[in-house]
Amino acid sequence: MIIAVPAEKESLDSAICQSFGRAPFFCIYDTEAESSRFIDNTAVKASGGAGIEAAQLLVDQQVDALITYRIGENAAKIFKAADTSLLKAVNLSIADNVASFIEGKLAALSEIHSGYHHG
Amino acid sequence: MADGLTIAVLSGKGGTGKTLVSVNLAAVAGDATYLDCDVEEPNGHLFLKPTPISEETITIGKPVVDQSLCDGCKICSDACAFKALAVIKGSLLIFSEICHSCGLCYHLCPQGALTEVQQSIGVLKTGERGALAVHSAVMNIGEPSGVPLIKELGKRRGGAITIIDSPPGSGCLVHETIAHADFCLLVAEPTRFGEQNLALVHELVTLMGKPAALVLNKTIGGLNPSEAYARANNLPIIASIPWDEKLGRLTSDGELAVEKDEHYRFLFTTLLERIKEEVRHA
Repeated sequence: MIIAVPAEKESLDSAICQSFGRAPFFCIYDTEAESSRFIDNTAVKASGGAGIEAAQLLVDQQVDALITYRIGENAAKIFKAADTSLLKAVNLSIADNVASFIEGKLAALSEIHSGYHHG
Repeated sequence: MADGLTIAVLSGKGGTGKTLVSVNLAAVAGDATYLDCDVEEPNGHLFLKPTPISEETITIGKPVVDQSLCDGCKICSDACAFKALAVIKGSLLIFSEICHSCGLCYHLCPQGALTEVQQSIGVLKTGERGALAVHSAVMNIGEPSGVPLIKELGKRRGGAITIIDSPPGSGCLVHETIAHADFCLLVAEPTRFGEQNLALVHELVTLMGKPAALVLNKTIGGLNPSEAYARANNLPIIASIPWDEKLGRLTSDGELAVEKDEHYRFLFTTLLERIKEEVRHA
């Protein structure tokens, strides 16, 4: 299974980024190979639609699950269409969140915000 | 389209007196047009009380996909500058609220899977007050952007002078408003907050190469950060409207100061002449 996590830094010890669409990096974790890699979030500088672009990026990486603190409605719509599971991050490192996920301890992300759009 | 002079009244911050200045200038401008580009909350009509003439629904084009023709090639979604399109499991998802109606996706689609449908975004109301044409646009509730309404309003410029009541701020709506103007009249109140927002909108006006001047509103004597900003940044101050309870009462009653008070008729008539002078020397 492939898990994505918005990352502040390119390290498993890093905190999970509070923002999904504007996270600088995504950690892509493969639970079978027990390997991780980090990709740049190309949406970080988008003038708008960052959540959509970031979601498309992760869906293209064949991600099965996303661990995040929060997500906007547009990105959530994309993950729903892609059958990607959304899990609520807890205030620990990426590695600890991934471990919790594997143990089935992370709750589903239920609240979806309406975005932080501006004119 | 107008051969006359188009003056945009701007402020950066809301509540500084854009509408006060706009409607009173329009009322003394004679053969003129007033455009209320504050499409999120137009209020100029409350003062000008135009006799209604017509209403027109304004629409914009949005893409609709025929999924049976779409092969999920991603040409449209990769090209979309606003990220309004995503391709998930071979199906195209369209985020209409983010779409800016540029039309690029229809042109690029190799399968002809995308077509344009027109959606209402608001109503443009036209009326008259003597020789003054009054146009206001009202955006539909929940609509993300009023820019297309301002583009439509821009086409209604006419007569010797067009006065545009701008939206507050210095974002997309204001940018679109300034694009139609020959001259920008900035209005600022004597506060630090007012000064900060004046600086933002002045920067935008300068960037767009438009001549501009400032009206100081609600002046109370003493320190005026907006005045200090103007002097430090070569922004001509062409009028000063002192804080006046009578003016406040007239405005809250929906009255035009130029019709109720000879002093204000003189003030706004003089201001209009000063603007023409500034334009001649620009």
